[in-house]
Amino acid sequence: MPYSFKGGVHPSAFKRATRDKPVEDMPPPERIILPMQMHIGTPCEPLVRVGEQVKLGQMIGEAKGAVSAPVHASVSGKVQAIEPHTHVSGRNVLSVFIENDGLDTPHEDMRPRGSVESLSPEELLATVLEAGIVGMGGAAFPTHVKVSSVLGKAEKLIINASECEPYITSDHRLMLEAPEELVGGVRILMKMLGLSEAVIAVESDKRDAAEMVRRTLPRKRSNIKVVTLPKRYPQGSEKQLIKAVSGREVPPGQLPLSVGCAVFNTETTAAIHRAVTTGLPLIRRIVTVTGSAVSNPKNLMVRIGTTLKAVFDATGGFRETPNKVIVGGPMMGTAQHDLDTVVVKGVNALLAFSRKEDARVDNPICIRCGRCVSVCPMNLLPVYMYMHEQKGNISELDKLRIRDCLECGCCSYSCPGRLYLVQSFRTGKQKINDKNENLKAGGVADGK
Amino acid sequence: MENSELIVSSSPHIKTEDNTRSIMLDVIIALAFPLGLAVFQFGWRAAILTGISVVSCAAFEYLYRKLLKKSNTLSDLSCVVTGILLAFCIPASAPYWIPVVGGFFAIVIVKQLFGGLGKNFMNPALAARAFLASWPIIMTTWPLAGVQLPLWGDIPDTFAGATPLYSLKNGVLPPEPLQDLFLGQVSGSMGEISAIVLLLGGFYLWVRGVITPRIPIAYIGTVAVLTFIFPPEGIEAWRFMLTHLLSGGLILGAVFMATDYSTSPVTKRGQLLFGIGCGLLTVFIRYFGSLPEGVCYSILIMNTCAWMLDKTGMPRRFGAPLFSRRGRAEK
Repeated sequence: MPYSFKGGVHPSAFKRATRDKPVEDMPPPERIILPMQMHIGTPCEPLVRVGEQVKLGQMIGEAKGAVSAPVHASVSGKVQAIEPHTHVSGRNVLSVFIENDGLDTPHEDMRPRGSVESLSPEELLATVLEAGIVGMGGAAFPTHVKVSSVLGKAEKLIINASECEPYITSDHRLMLEAPEELVGGVRILMKMLGLSEAVIAVESDKRDAAEMVRRTLPRKRSNIKVVTLPKRYPQGSEKQLIKAVSGREVPPGQLPLSVGCAVFNTETTAAIHRAVTTGLPLIRRIVTVTGSAVSNPKNLMVRIGTTLKAVFDATGGFRETPNKVIVGGPMMGTAQHDLDTVVVKGVNALLAFSRKEDARVDNPICIRCGRCVSVCPMNLLPVYMYMHEQKGNISELDKLRIRDCLECGCCSYSCPGRLYLVQSFRTGKQKINDKNENLKAGGVADGK
Repeated sequence: MENSELIVSSSPHIKTEDNTRSIMLDVIIALAFPLGLAVFQFGWRAAILTGISVVSCAAFEYLYRKLLKKSNTLSDLSCVVTGILLAFCIPASAPYWIPVVGGFFAIVIVKQLFGGLGKNFMNPALAARAFLASWPIIMTTWPLAGVQLPLWGDIPDTFAGATPLYSLKNGVLPPEPLQDLFLGQVSGSMGEISAIVLLLGGFYLWVRGVITPRIPIAYIGTVAVLTFIFPPEGIEAWRFMLTHLLSGGLILGAVFMATDYSTSPVTKRGQLLFGIGCGLLTVFIRYFGSLPEGVCYSILIMNTCAWMLDKTGMPRRFGAPLFSRRGRAEK
């Protein structure tokens, strides 16, 4: 691979705890809570009423608007309630509570749609929509919307199997245990997009997985290539991955399509394959459960809508009272305050940290060492962004291109003064938005 | 289950193990090489002077922050680095009160009055060195290398020697061969005498990721180019150039002072310009100034330009073409 991207960090991976552990099926919990919004875009509208019986795989939330994805029952049983519930994002989202009858009675819609060859690209796309598939790496953008937007325009299909965040091994296990699902999904994506080639990008710490996927491919002249990239965070960020694979840079404020690329997540790709070949909608996913406070780290196949508490209990509970619980990876994941929130479609990992890993300090001091500048993969100057954010110089923040910030956390991670840089930039972006809204509303901007 | 025990904070949730203290500790380790050589060449007096300097810097930092009810910052070890660097700028024959005065100026006036670590705009040790020039005879009488100085009482005049820069100022090469300058068999301030140990220390800092070699290379490179192009008549260009590079505080300044985080740029271009600027000013002062040495004032002057240089060094925007929109905001 002749390409690379600038900046980035090499955090200790901590993947050893779960990388060699096969995915276990977690028994479905007694109650499932399905938020009507597990994707970016418009929330779904519930299709069921309280007291109604639902079957496994039945669509219970209907996609609304152009950007949305339907929600399906991940167990069979009775609808207990439909009311707002805490979502991993921290907001309250209207959710459907289902009491599991333990039978897993499948819904009639769960039947194979046919083979890749027999279905037209339109039929395949319709299947992706019906199955409620969204980006499963965290962002949760509806996959059918992404596919339609790049249809006929993308020239390079990249499957993001870099899994650069520490601790997470769900994609790694998927490639080891079900490489044919991944490859099948890639073929479906290629057919939908009308492309004859695809690249699966794997980081070098998963050579065994890359090898396993390669073995699934024809030995000679395969139109799907597996590339191994040197391990570095944030390789799995879309812009950085495209740069590393193709050498192209996505211009500011634009989508990967502007450089002819379309990037899909590993488990999303496998979910597409399952939807087409078995009719299984997105009702379960692999979740890595790990961290210093977890007594027995595992990779679990979890039904969507299972509470975090139930997932932790299924691994054997906590070794000690966790100090922090994170949904997603340690670099970009979201800290949770309530273990009754549920696993949604974009949750690839649950981490629980003990108190001794608390890296917060009371009095962070910038010593201007410039490490944040050298690790920033977006060529920004975090040291000055922080300074101007603290002083409230909003116009300077704009000049420093704060809106290019990915919030990948490389700067905060490497800061010896332990500054809360990413937090400051989130606030800064919010201040810019508030100011622009004030201007639009004709109000007084900035108070200066 | 609402769990009030759980901490909710912004990502990222993990941090590197490096912190300010570990970085300063690395600098102290790098400074131990030249300090060892100073003790070898000038005797235990050099160690005592350095000790007094460190203790007074730490004491002034502690007292200032205590009196103003600010947090105690001794544990970050930055005042220890300042103390050692300050001692390196003074001759080993200086009286013991000199580093106390210097430490007060460095810590209280230059560092803390501007907000402490990371906020000062001039290198504290160098600014204190400039202030100590108020005692010119003490600060410009250098002991001979290899002479064990007495710990107490007056230092006999016979121990004093001329530095190579005096010879250069007078248009002649110093009597010492180049290898003596390289190894430190020469008179000068405590920390500046040997190029090799200073470069070793710098190499250690580079390997440990504490500094990038950008500023030292730009600085020393600029001095090398200028002195090679403009030697005085009758002196071989390369010999003149090497003598300039190995004399005075150039290497000490380029490796340890000009790379001071708070007072140097953070952008690549800013750092290169900063190093070149230091080099230009140093040669200018050494050629045309009334002083033989210009490293201290060059770095202090460039310190004041550090933030301005960073403004020219805004990196190319990710995704923008190579030579356009540079440093510009896009709406």
